[in-house]
Amino acid sequence: MSDNEKINEIAKERERWEKTTLPKWMGQCPERKSEFRNHSGTLIKRVYTPEDVNDLDYMRDLGFPGEYPFTRGVHATMHRGRLWTMRQFSGYGTAEQTNQRFKYLLKEGETGLSIAFDYPSIRGYDSDHPFSKGEVGICGVAVSSLKDMEVLFNGITLDKVTTSMTINGPAAMLLAMYIAVGNKQGVPREKLGGTTQNDVLKEFFAQKLIIFPPKPSIKLVTDIVEYCTKHVPRWNPISISGYHIREAGGNAVQELAFTLYDGITYVESCLERGMKVDEFAPRLSFFFAAHNDLFEEIAKFRAARRIWAKTMKERFHAKNPRSMWMRMHVQTAGFTLTAQQPLNNITRVTIQALSAVLAGTQSLHTNSFDEALALPSEEAVRIALRTQQIIAYESGVTNTIDPLAGSYYVENLTNEMEKSTMEYFRKLDDMGGAIPAIEKGFFQKEIADSSYEYQKEVDEKRRILVGVNDYTTEEKQPIKVLRVDPKVEEEQVASLHKLKRERDNKKVNEMLEKLHYTAEKDENLMPTIIDAVKAYATIGEICDVLREIYGEFKELIVI
Amino acid sequence: MQNQRKIRVLIAKPGLDSHDRGAKIIARALRDAGMEVIYTGLKQTPEQIVETALQEDVDVIGLSILSGAHKTLFPMIMELLKQKGLTDVLVVAGGIIPEEDVPEMKKLGIKGIFGPGTRTNEIIQYIFENIPKRT
Repeated sequence: MSDNEKINEIAKERERWEKTTLPKWMGQCPERKSEFRNHSGTLIKRVYTPEDVNDLDYMRDLGFPGEYPFTRGVHATMHRGRLWTMRQFSGYGTAEQTNQRFKYLLKEGETGLSIAFDYPSIRGYDSDHPFSKGEVGICGVAVSSLKDMEVLFNGITLDKVTTSMTINGPAAMLLAMYIAVGNKQGVPREKLGGTTQNDVLKEFFAQKLIIFPPKPSIKLVTDIVEYCTKHVPRWNPISISGYHIREAGGNAVQELAFTLYDGITYVESCLERGMKVDEFAPRLSFFFAAHNDLFEEIAKFRAARRIWAKTMKERFHAKNPRSMWMRMHVQTAGFTLTAQQPLNNITRVTIQALSAVLAGTQSLHTNSFDEALALPSEEAVRIALRTQQIIAYESGVTNTIDPLAGSYYVENLTNEMEKSTMEYFRKLDDMGGAIPAIEKGFFQKEIADSSYEYQKEVDEKRRILVGVNDYTTEEKQPIKVLRVDPKVEEEQVASLHKLKRERDNKKVNEMLEKLHYTAEKDENLMPTIIDAVKAYATIGEICDVLREIYGEFKELIVI
Repeated sequence: MQNQRKIRVLIAKPGLDSHDRGAKIIARALRDAGMEVIYTGLKQTPEQIVETALQEDVDVIGLSILSGAHKTLFPMIMELLKQKGLTDVLVVAGGIIPEEDVPEMKKLGIKGIFGPGTRTNEIIQYIFENIPKRT
């Protein structure tokens, strides 16, 4: 029998089943809902069969792990060879407190560091700026100068760990500080491994913690890519991020499509700078959210790898297979955590983490169960890390690569994800690219609509959230949450003032003038910024120089 | 006929955090419920918020904050409202405000505090029931 005949046979059998067996059951045990949909709104069938993957060509669409189109994974041995990096996003209070938390996590078996900076640092203000009042060290660690960065890595040698930094506007300054700390520890920049998020595009429409307008922001991103390509070869200069798109309210398809389209925009910017695709593309990395719908998420990650590989090959004519690799970090979706019955979040996080592992992630952060209430306590973060360790060592899911491949359902969803993404790509191309789309408010509106729709589903109980709109209880689960001591701000401001008094201020001024000059000449700013941070110029001072030249981004408000 | 004008609400995000998912949902839900909503975007200083409230002649201010800076910023906002004579404006707040901070926030004059998981209808109803009467 040919393949077509087999499919026809199955189709006939399905029709028979729908006429005979199914109606009997529908009478006795009718379906709970008139239709079933996933988070992206895709209608989910009752059952999937070979008919639904009829057009799947194994070698063309899946292939083998470590080979194009990398649907099954970027490495040939995947988690059988090396487990993913267990990397918990972490930071609060002073650099000293976060240094203690880092050491605790490493002791408990974490395998990579990830810095959460406080809002003033993220927005390019020093701890003593009027905007910083009440925010210093609250949602992350306060880092105003190289001094803080030195304390943050006290006793942690930079050639022994890799570090991810969630930083965008001031990414160049923080990377410069990391290089400077390495320098002081005797670790050359060539040996530094880690990631700067440095994805400004999604800032304009999703995370919205950006300093400068789009053009200079992308210039700074490109400066970092160019500098790292030449001098910090083990660094991932950008982590192209869908996480924030999802958290802001986008659905899985929007997360996938917008993130990859941002990726395309960065590649174009680097090519315009005169770089060759195979020089920089191997170091581009990605960051996604893992939400609750297990199979939808798995399909998303698999589709992401395939689309990126095809895009790099077909759109940008990359030759090096590494340029086609999508290496990803995944974080379980913070938005799904509930303040009600917080211990339930451990279960949610487990399901979400499982999707990322089953889909072959390179790195994973698991949220702590108390994070709808506060920054995580030590106990909560340990459970989150243990969740990863249990999946890694006890569940058996790491024994084989891409175990869901060949599932009629997962393959069909993966194909559908790819189709929807390509539709968005066409739409965005027609709009003239990501920046015109941002200026029109396209992404913002898409995200806001999905977000509102999700909330309506919850409000109307069309979507059940356990402990929130169903299975609620008056009884409270008493948990001890972490509170940052308000004294942190006082201490941090005092130490910053001490630094500003004691450093060589003449040198700082010279460096800032040089930065001004370099920025006006439109040169790569990385070397100058490194010199400036080494002289202990602060993030606020450096950003002020650039604010003067570039101006500040003004949010386009789309409700 | 009195009180024919729509209820005017300012949705404001004080502080440096950028979690605007909730603020935008509330803005849209209140608008759909027939209110006039002014949403001014992220990173609003206490001065900006109070100035907008004054200029826009609002009946309600909804503050959304998830950065943990409410203990610093809310007292500043409430003090400025008092200075400007806007004592009859109904002030409500949402975001991540730990339960142990709620009494302190209420003492400042913030009437309703809505945590994560609140249904939008609950907030709409609260506003209709607690809105100060215009004379």
